[in-house]
Amino acid sequence: MPLLTFTSLVFLGSFLAGLLGALTGLGGGVVLIPLLTLLFHVDLRYAIGASLVSVIATSSGAADAYVREGFSNMRIGMFLEVATTVGAVFGAYLATRAPTRALAVVFGVVLIYSAWLSRTQNPHPVEQAAVNPWSDKLRMSGSFPDGNGGRQSYRVDRISWGFAAMFGAGTLSGLLGIGSGAVKVLAMDKIMRIPFKVSTTTSNFMIGVTAAASAGIYLARGYIDPGLSFPVMLGVLAGSLLGAKLLVQTHVTLLRTIFALVILALGVEMIVNGWLGKV
Amino acid sequence: MERNQANPEPGANNFNDARMEAIMGRLLQVGVLLAASVVLAGGAMFLRAQAGDPASYRTFVAHRLELRHPASLLGGLLRGDASSVIELGILLLIATPICRVIFAVVGFAIERDRLYVAISLTVLAVLLFGMLRGG
Repeated sequence: MPLLTFTSLVFLGSFLAGLLGALTGLGGGVVLIPLLTLLFHVDLRYAIGASLVSVIATSSGAADAYVREGFSNMRIGMFLEVATTVGAVFGAYLATRAPTRALAVVFGVVLIYSAWLSRTQNPHPVEQAAVNPWSDKLRMSGSFPDGNGGRQSYRVDRISWGFAAMFGAGTLSGLLGIGSGAVKVLAMDKIMRIPFKVSTTTSNFMIGVTAAASAGIYLARGYIDPGLSFPVMLGVLAGSLLGAKLLVQTHVTLLRTIFALVILALGVEMIVNGWLGKV
Repeated sequence: MERNQANPEPGANNFNDARMEAIMGRLLQVGVLLAASVVLAGGAMFLRAQAGDPASYRTFVAHRLELRHPASLLGGLLRGDASSVIELGILLLIATPICRVIFAVVGFAIERDRLYVAISLTVLAVLLFGMLRGG
C-alpha cells in the first residue's frame, strides 16, 4: 500500500477509535492497537508506541474541560501517580523484554476484561465510608459541586489497596501502551470509594503523567515510529475532542453495548493470533 | 461546617488548589495544541517526501531516539528531516504532563504544603528516570 493511502486510512481509523473511546469512556487505546495490528498488519511494538503517544495527547487535550467541571482532585491524583509512574516504568521494561506473542495474549485478556467492565460499570451511590484517618492526614479528603450550588464532601478509604491497584494500572499502561483508565477508575471508585465523577476526572489527569513515564523507554527502544505515530496521534486527538463535545447530546447505552461486543471479539482474536504466533 | 470537615486546614487552601488546577488545565491544552501543530507540520513534510513509497510497518526495525544523546535529533532538525520534526512534536507532547508535575511542585510550595511538594518531586524523579535512563 502506498504510504499516502496507508497514512490516510490510519488517520481515519484512529479518528474513529478516538471518537468511540471518548463516547464510551473506554479510551482510544483499547481499540486502536487491535485495529493497527489486525487490520493494518502493523508490528505490535509500533502499535503500542503510537498508542502511547495518542494516550498522552487525549489526556492532556481533555484536561481543561475536566478541570472546569470542578470534580478532579489534584492531591489524590498526585499521590497515586507515585504508584502509576513506578508501575509504568516497570511495565515498559517488561514490554521491551517480553516476546510479542505474550504481549498479544495479555492484551487480549485486558480487552475482554474491559468489555466486561463496561457492561457492569455503573456509578454507585455515594455511601459514607468508614472514616480512614489517613484520608485527612494525607489531605486527600475533598468536596465537589452537588449541582444545587452546594458542595458534597467525601473521604478516601483503603488507601494502600488503592495504591497497589494503581501500581498494577501503571504496569499495564507501560506494558501495552494504553491509558488503562478503566483500571484507574476501578481502583478509585470501587476500592477507595471515591465518588465516580471525581474518579473519572482525576483518572484523566493521571493517564497522561503515567504514559509520560514509559514514553522515554519506548523512544529509546524505537517503539515510537514518527511516520506511524503522526496520523495516529492527530487522528485520536481529533476524534476524542469531537467525542467529548458530542457526549453531552448522545445517548450512549446502545453504543456502549456494541463497542463492548467489538472489544470482546478483538480480544479473542488477539489471544488467538498471539497463541498462533501471527502477531 | 461540612467544608471545614472536608478540608483539615480551613482557609485559602481550597481556593488555591482550584486555581492551580485551572492553570494546569490551560497549560496542558496549550502544550497539546503546540505539539499537534509541530507534528502536523512534520507529517506534511514526511508525506511530501515519501507519499509514493510503500508503507512498511509489518516488521519491526528499531529507530531509536536516545534522549541522553539529543545530538542526533538536533542534527536531523537542522537538516530539515521530517521524522525529526515529528519527533520534536512528540517530545513537546511528552513534556506537557511533565510540566504539569513541575508546576504542581511550585504550586504546593507556594501553599507551603511540604508533604505534597515531596510527593510531586517523587513523581518528577520517576518521570525523569524513565526519560533519561532509556531502554
